Amino acid sequence: MIAAISLAIAAFLVAFLVLPVASVVYTAFATGDGGFTFSHFESFFRISLMRESFWNSLWVAGLSVAFASLIAVPLAYFTVRFRFRGALLIQTLGVLPLVMPPFVGAVAMQLLFGRSGSVNLLLNQWFGFSVPFMDGLNGVIFVETLHYFPFILLNLTVAMQNIDGAMEESAHNLGASGWRLFWRIVFPLAMPGYVAGASLVFVKVFDDLGTPLVLGVTNMLAPQAYLRITSVGIEDPIGYVISVIMVVFSVGALWMSARILKGRDYSTLQRGGTSLAKRRLTRGQAVLAYGWIGLVLLLVLSPHLGILAMSLSKVWSFSVLPEGFTLAHYETVFTQSSRMIGNTLLYCGLAAFIDVALGTAIAYIILRTRLPGRELLDWTASAALAIPGVVLAIGYLRFFRGIELPFSDSAFTATWVALMVAYAVRRLPYALRSCMAALQQLHVSLEEAAENLGATKAASIRRIVVPLMAGGMLAGFVTSFITAAVELSATIVLSSSASTAPLSYGIYLYMQSIAGRGPGSALGVIAVVIVGLGTYASYRLSNRSDPWTR
Amino acid sequence: MMKKLVVAIAAIVPSVLMADTVTVVTSFPKELTEAYKKAYEKKYPNDKVEILNKGTPAGMAYVREQAAGSRPEIFWASAPDAFEVLASEKLLAKVDPGVSGIPEKVGSYPINDPEGFFRGQALAGYGLMWNTRYLQAHKLPAPKEWADLVKPVYHGHVATSSPSRSGTTHLTFETILQGEGWDRGWNQILQIAGNCAAITERSFGVPDGVQNGQFGIGLVVDFFGLAAKNSGFPVEFAYPSVTAIVPANIALIAGAKTPEAGKRFVQFTLSEEGQQLLLDPKISRLPVLPATYAKAPAGYPNPFGGKIQAKVNFDSNLSESRYYVVSSLFDQVITFRHKELAAATKAIQEAEKRLGGKASKDLDEAKRLAWMPPLGEAQAKDKELLAAFKAKKGDTAAVAKKTQVEEEWNSKAKANYARAVELANAAK
Repeated sequence: MIAAISLAIAAFLVAFLVLPVASVVYTAFATGDGGFTFSHFESFFRISLMRESFWNSLWVAGLSVAFASLIAVPLAYFTVRFRFRGALLIQTLGVLPLVMPPFVGAVAMQLLFGRSGSVNLLLNQWFGFSVPFMDGLNGVIFVETLHYFPFILLNLTVAMQNIDGAMEESAHNLGASGWRLFWRIVFPLAMPGYVAGASLVFVKVFDDLGTPLVLGVTNMLAPQAYLRITSVGIEDPIGYVISVIMVVFSVGALWMSARILKGRDYSTLQRGGTSLAKRRLTRGQAVLAYGWIGLVLLLVLSPHLGILAMSLSKVWSFSVLPEGFTLAHYETVFTQSSRMIGNTLLYCGLAAFIDVALGTAIAYIILRTRLPGRELLDWTASAALAIPGVVLAIGYLRFFRGIELPFSDSAFTATWVALMVAYAVRRLPYALRSCMAALQQLHVSLEEAAENLGATKAASIRRIVVPLMAGGMLAGFVTSFITAAVELSATIVLSSSASTAPLSYGIYLYMQSIAGRGPGSALGVIAVVIVGLGTYASYRLSNRSDPWTR
Repeated sequence: MMKKLVVAIAAIVPSVLMADTVTVVTSFPKELTEAYKKAYEKKYPNDKVEILNKGTPAGMAYVREQAAGSRPEIFWASAPDAFEVLASEKLLAKVDPGVSGIPEKVGSYPINDPEGFFRGQALAGYGLMWNTRYLQAHKLPAPKEWADLVKPVYHGHVATSSPSRSGTTHLTFETILQGEGWDRGWNQILQIAGNCAAITERSFGVPDGVQNGQFGIGLVVDFFGLAAKNSGFPVEFAYPSVTAIVPANIALIAGAKTPEAGKRFVQFTLSEEGQQLLLDPKISRLPVLPATYAKAPAGYPNPFGGKIQAKVNFDSNLSESRYYVVSSLFDQVITFRHKELAAATKAIQEAEKRLGGKASKDLDEAKRLAWMPPLGEAQAKDKELLAAFKAKKGDTAAVAKKTQVEEEWNSKAKANYARAVELANAAK
C-alpha cells in the first residue's frame, strides 16, 4: 500500500518536474538530430544582447543582495542586541513586503520614485536635483531590494539569537569590543544565517520575470527567456540555453549556501545558556535605531500605499499626490474580472490541496516507514525550490507539446490544468516542510497506542495522525495557496486565454494600457488583501497547533 | 471545500462545450477587447469570445504552432507586415467584409489587403504626445513638428522606443525617412534621439511615461495619446505634418476551429455597430468606416475629412525592403550607444550657445560626426547588404556578414560620438 502510494507520488514528480526540466536541459545541448553540442551556448554568447542580459541579471541580483544586506543587517542587530520596543516593529517589517508581489508594487514605485515621481518632484522643488531611483536596471534593483530583504533579516535574526553569549564574554575578556567584536565574533558566528538569506535573495531576484517586465526592462535573462520562447517559438534553442543558465545559477547559489552551512561547524556547545547580552539604548543610539527603522518602514510601505492610491485615484500625473478619488476602478474590476479572482481561488486551492496531500504522504513515508530510497522523494520534491518558474513553464511547453488533456480536445498546456499543476509542483517544498514539522512533533507512541487498541494502519492515520497534524497541514495549505496566488513567472508563460487567467496575470494584463492602470491597481490591492489574510491565518494556525501536539 | 470545487469545475465545463467559441489572438489592450467581447456576445448570445492577449510576434508564433483545424479564429493587431507574413505562410483565409462604404485607400495607403486576406479595421496615425504639466513645470513650449524635437530646449525631455522593439515605432521612423529622404531623415532622427531621456524597451513605455510625467514628450501612435487625454490625464496629442495614416488589421485564420463564427466576428468589427465602439473615450481609435465619424464627439480627428494631412505617400514596398536594415542601424547607433549620442548632442548644443551663431569648422565637423548615419543612401540600397539582413537564421555566411556590419556601425558610432564631444568642447 505504502509502496504503491510512493510510486504514485514519484510518478507525479517525474512527470511534472523531472522530465520537463530534463527536456529543457536536453534541448539546450542537442543538435537537430539528437547529438550533443555546445554550439547553442556559443551562439548565446555571440549575441551581444544576450551577453548584456547575462551581465545585467548578475548585476541586478548582486546589487539587490548588497542593498538588502545594508537594510537587513542593522535591523537584525538591533533586534538581538537591544532591549527596546522597536523589535516588534522590525518583526512587522519582516512580513510587510512579502504580502505584496513585487511586480504589483513596481508600477506604484514608478509614480513615487520615478523621474517625475513624488519624491523627485519634491527634491527638485526644494534642492534642485533628482535621483534616478527607477531608471532602467536601478528600478528593478530598488523594487527587488525592498521586496526581498526580509529573507536576510529573518534568517540572520534567528542565527544571531542562537549565538552563545559565552562567546561574546570571552571576546570581552580578551579585550574586543564595539565594531571589532561585531565583525570578528558576532557576524562570523551568524554567517550561516546570513548566507542562507542572501543566497535566497540572489536566486529570487535572478529568477524574477514579472518585475522587469512590468518596469519595461527586457535586457535581463528571465525576460529574454520568456520573449525568445513566446515570440521566436518553442523550437528556438537560445530560450533553452537561458533556462539552463538560470537553473545553474539557482542550484549553484543554493548549493553554495548549503556548502557553507555544512563545511564549518558553527554550533555552540551549550544550549539553553545565555544568548548575546541585551543592552538598553543610549539616547543617541535610540535616535539612530528608530531613525533607521522609520526610514525602512517608510520605504517598505511605499509600494503598498502607492498601489492603494493608484487604485483610488482618477488622475495621477506629474504631481506629488494623486487628485480626485473614485471607486470606479474597483467597480470595473468586479464587473469585468471577478472571474479571475474565482480562477485564482480555484487553481491555487486545488494546487495547495495537492501539495498538502503529497506533503503529508511524503512526510509520513520519510518519518514513519523504512521504505528504501524514501529520501529520494524528499530531495526531488525539494528540488523544485531551485527551478525558476519560467524554466518549469518552458519545460511544460516543450515536454507536453502535442499532448492533449484527456476528455477534452485542447492541448494540456493550453488549459488551466497545466498552470495549476505548475503551481502545485513549485509550492510543494513549502507544504512539505510544514507537514514534516507537524509530523515530527507528533510522538509515534500515539499511533502505537491506537494500533494496540486494534486500529488498522489506515485507521490510525485517518483517526490519529491526520487530525493531530491538521494545524501544520492547514498552515502548509495556506502558505502554498498565498505564494501561488501571486506567482507570475510560470503564470505569464502558461496563461493564454483571458477567461481562464488567474488574478496575477490579470494584473499584468491591465498594467499594459493607460486606462488599465487603475483597475490593475485595484486588482493588486485585492491580491494583497487575499495574501495578507492568508498570512495572518497561517500565523494563527501554526501557533494553534502547538498545544495539541504537546 | 471539495464540493464547491467540483461545482465550480462542473460550471465551467459545459459552457465551453456547447457554444461556438471565437478565439481572438490580439495585441490590443483590455479596454478594447473587453468592449468588443461584450458587444459581440450580446448580439450573438450563442457565441463566446475568448481573448488571447499576446504581443504581435508571440501571437504569430502561437498561430503557427497550432495544428490546422484547431487554430484560433481571429488575428487582430496593428503591424501590417505581420499579416503579410501570415498570409504568405497560408495561415489566413479570405473573408467577405459584409459591409459597404469602407474606402479603398486612406491617403495613398490601401486600407485592405489587395488580395483580400486581411482587412483594415481601424486607422492609426503617428504623432506627438506631451504632458502639459511637465512642459509647464519645465517651461517648455508645446511641439508641433518632428523637427521641433531637435531644439536644445527639449534635451532630456523626449522619449521614443526602438523600431526593433515595436512595429509602430518602426513605421514612425520609416515615415520620417520617406518624408525627409534618407540622409536628412536620419539627421533628424539622430538629433531627436540625442535629445531623448530614454529609448524605452517597449513601445508602451513611451505613452505610459508621458502619461505619468516621467517624460515630457513622446513619439506615439494616436490612440495612446487620445485615450490618455480622453481619460482625463493632463496630456495633449498632435499630428505633425509629416505623418502616415495606416490601418490596424483583422483577419480570419485559415484552419480555424469554427470559421463561421470567426467570419461573424470579423463582420461585426467592420459593421457600423462595431466601428462605433472605437469612439469610446478609453479606446479612441479612428474608424475605417467614414460614416461613423458623424457620431463622433466634436474635435475627434477624421482622416477622411482632410484635417490630418498625410503628406507622405507611404511606400510599403520600400519600407519592407529595408525593414531590418533600418531597425538594426537604429539599434546599433542609437539604442546601444544612446548615452554617448546624448552626450555628443549636449556638447554640440552647448558649443552652439557659447559661440552664439559664430561659424566654426570644429563645430560643423562635430555635427557631421554625431548626426550623420554611418550608412549613406546609396549604401542602404545595396542589394547584397539588404539580402544579408533578410537572410534566414541557418544561412551562416549572411549572418556573419550581418554581424560584421553591425559591429562596424556600432564601433564607428562610438568613435564618432566621442570625437564629436571633443570637437564641440574645443570649438572656438
